[in-house]
Amino acid sequence: MADSKKEPPHQPRDESRRKFLKYSGTAIGGVVVGGVIGGLIGANGKNGKTEETPPAQPDTGKPAQAAERDFNQALMFFNQDQFLAAEAAAERIYPKDDSGPGAKELGVAFFIDHQMASSYGLNGREYMSPPFYKSEATQGYQLSFKRRELIALGLDALNTYSNDKLQKAFPDLAPEDQDKVLGDFEKDAVNLKGVPASTFFSYFLNLTIEGVYADPLYGGNKNMGGWRMRNFPGNQMSYTNDIEKDEFVKMEPLSLSDHLEIG
Amino acid sequence: MATKLPKVPIVIVGMGWVGGIIAAELTKAGHSVVGLERGKSRNTQDYFHVHDELRYASRYELMQDLSKETVTFRNSDKQRALPMRSYGSFLLGDGLGGAGVHWNGQYYRFLPYDFEIRSKTIERYGAKKIPEGMAIRDWGITYDQLEPYYVKFEQMAGIGGEPTTQPNVGKMSKPFPVGPMKKTPAMKLFEDSAKKLGYHPYVIPSANLTELYKNPDGIERAACQYCGYCERFGCEYGAKSDPVVTVLPVAQKTGKLDLRTHSNVTEILHDGKRAMGVRYVNTPTGEEYIQPADIVILSSYLFSNVRLLLMSKLGKPYDPKTDSGAVGRNYAYQVNGASTNVMYEDREFNMAMGAGALGSSLDDFNGDNFDHADLKFLHGANIRFTQTGLRPIQSQPAPMGTAKWGAEFKKQTLHYANRVLTVAAQGSSMPYRHHYLDLDPEYKDALGQPLIRLTFDFEDQDRELVTYIAGKTKEIADGMGGTKTEIHDSIKQYNIVPYQSTHNTGGTIMGSDPKTSVVNNYLQMWDAENVFICGASAFSHNSGFNPTATVGALAYRAAEGIAKYIAKPGSLV
Ligand SMILES: Cc1cc2nc3c(=O)[nH]c(=O)nc-3n(C[C@H](O)[C@H](O)[C@H](O)COP(=O)(O)OP(=O)(O)OC[C@H]3O[C@@H](n4cnc5c(N)ncnc54)[C@H](O)[C@@H]3O)c2cc1C
Ligand code: SF4
Repeated sequence: MADSKKEPPHQPRDESRRKFLKYSGTAIGGVVVGGVIGGLIGANGKNGKTEETPPAQPDTGKPAQAAERDFNQALMFFNQDQFLAAEAAAERIYPKDDSGPGAKELGVAFFIDHQMASSYGLNGREYMSPPFYKSEATQGYQLSFKRRELIALGLDALNTYSNDKLQKAFPDLAPEDQDKVLGDFEKDAVNLKGVPASTFFSYFLNLTIEGVYADPLYGGNKNMGGWRMRNFPGNQMSYTNDIEKDEFVKMEPLSLSDHLEIG
Repeated sequence: MATKLPKVPIVIVGMGWVGGIIAAELTKAGHSVVGLERGKSRNTQDYFHVHDELRYASRYELMQDLSKETVTFRNSDKQRALPMRSYGSFLLGDGLGGAGVHWNGQYYRFLPYDFEIRSKTIERYGAKKIPEGMAIRDWGITYDQLEPYYVKFEQMAGIGGEPTTQPNVGKMSKPFPVGPMKKTPAMKLFEDSAKKLGYHPYVIPSANLTELYKNPDGIERAACQYCGYCERFGCEYGAKSDPVVTVLPVAQKTGKLDLRTHSNVTEILHDGKRAMGVRYVNTPTGEEYIQPADIVILSSYLFSNVRLLLMSKLGKPYDPKTDSGAVGRNYAYQVNGASTNVMYEDREFNMAMGAGALGSSLDDFNGDNFDHADLKFLHGANIRFTQTGLRPIQSQPAPMGTAKWGAEFKKQTLHYANRVLTVAAQGSSMPYRHHYLDLDPEYKDALGQPLIRLTFDFEDQDRELVTYIAGKTKEIADGMGGTKTEIHDSIKQYNIVPYQSTHNTGGTIMGSDPKTSVVNNYLQMWDAENVFICGASAFSHNSGFNPTATVGALAYRAAEGIAKYIAKPGSLV
């Protein structure tokens, strides 16, 4: 390992991380304070695996195809109405078009549901101690409502408001009417028992964008469809050989699941 | 009841860059050191799945858990301060390595002007140039005095930069140990345009290693892979210089560092003249310990540095009404907001590729490198183009006025995803009498102790600076061959909601006058000679640069001062 320092780091674009590790291992040999890379190579060595062990899945150079059933697509937090409202609203925020899938196809509503069930939905790492006072806009969120309470309340309110105004639940409205309702929430034109409509809307908007572009690990961005539309390569291990290039380099994206090979 | 531990020579509070540097220097010199860090331990193995934007960038995996402790904020003392409940304008470090783990690694020495800002301003423009309420001061140290300590940091961290510096920045007695980062096509566009205008662009000096490097301590690390997951992430290659892969292993190897993580320091014990040690809580069990020590070093970032002093009633608290006292004064920040976007219809750039410190910048409008006689502000900004890795959740570039959601939003943000380059400015921040830190009267942390309270706003100085500097960013952007440019040239109030910068400064400032400063130029506390207060809290103002070069240089100087103090106790100045 140590004598091949001169070899430039080399990463064949379509190859698995395991292969990349092998290459970069030679390239960055001699690392004293080992990174993960050093550590993994070491671990391989310890097991006497100098040759590559066959990966669990055939290494086609492409990310794994979607399994026939996605067991992740089930609900952790929303009730059915909330889920349907979330799915419809997210689709209006990020609609399907010529360039590719919309939020619904990307699984964004499942992403939001799962996030609401996580510590993020419970503001687990945020300061939620009282007292709660009315704030200036420059001071940020100051409601005692946890994120999941706000989102559930807002989704319920989408249905109530749609029913009151247009006699249909939000998911059953025509897309233009859905946009109008969402616009009313965005502009705080909705007054439903003190639901902070614009706060709900901006949280929901952020969650939708996250669901489109977060690693597919979290249930959205299905099959990396969000990334593909933007030509975002996901998480490659190295761009050393491409960073100076004049032309735009398109690559098949990689997700964290493509990197799940533990020494 | 707190358990009293045996006395030790030196205790350090907070193990980020500053704590790490001082621990390494003192242990190498043979001194025994206890390092207390409230967060967890870390190593590069933790970053196996670090290329996760949601977890690290949007959910702040590596940062301080705000449910345990945060800051409260108000724009002026006429308001009630309220807690920063979620992040946020700045992101606080926590755990071994502190914010050094998730920084970008952009490395800039401050300008000679910075250290003598008051006298140089008066010399060139007269005393009237300094507006009422602006609290700029000379730092009690000059660039030339600090210069050798910058060199130490550069050699340790393996800073990569161009072999010669521009004429408008401080001279270097030794060139950077390794060469600059690679130059992308977009960086070339920026530099070419700037050069045509007669400016002096250069590749940003980088703490992302540009080649395999062995530092003077024998630590050898690999080169940066331009992976695009740098700011807010840890580096799985150990290529980003951070305390965990540089100074801390050196300190640990001496066998002289007793590193205790999950140790939250709550009080400096003292008799009014000297510190006797610290009190800390072992966070998993809640047990309290008293660690007596001959020397106490605070390196817990400015919010904790100031908070610990005030909670412990050590030093004189600053009173903005009477302009007396020192602990908490001269809070300053970074004035961003001047920028110009360049859009390209005919080409795309590899914006997902990048590194924390990758970019080019210039200082023609920084410090006093340009004439301020007819301008209504002092100082200036570093103007830069950076390519740090554009990730899709955090950034959806689009022309101004594009809808925030819906079909148009999708269409435009997909189209422009790789077609926008931003020329931005990192503006300096001047201290004002009414910008300060003190203890919040109402809100408490998880242990029931007061939160630190921040009172801060942007001033006319900052608005003028942004408008002027934005014009310069546009000038450069216009020459970058795009289809269209869009300028952002105004800021309003300081708002704690959007992320701006984790370059908070001041609160325990250095100086030569014990009445208005907290520490001398070895960062030794005037009011307690065996206490050293280190980090950007010592800055009297913030320059138009990232702070860590100067933070690191001052840490090396403090370490030298501490060693001197051990040999011969007393005031070092
Ligand atoms: C996203 C980001 C990007 C940045 N990019 C750059 C850049 O490109 N260039 C640059 O120059 N700077 C940059 N910075 C700033 C840089 O990270 C800091 O200047 C530097 O890390 C500060 O080091 P420090 O040791 O003073 O503080 P910290 O790194 O904050 O370390 C303080 C340590 O003290 C601990 N601590 C606090 N209170 C207590 C207590 N009561 N008891 C025990 N321990 C305690 C904390 O947990 C922490 O580990 C960036 C910062 C961030 C967040
Ligand atoms: S960009 Fe470079 S230094 Fe930063 S995390 Fe990636 S490999 Fe490490």
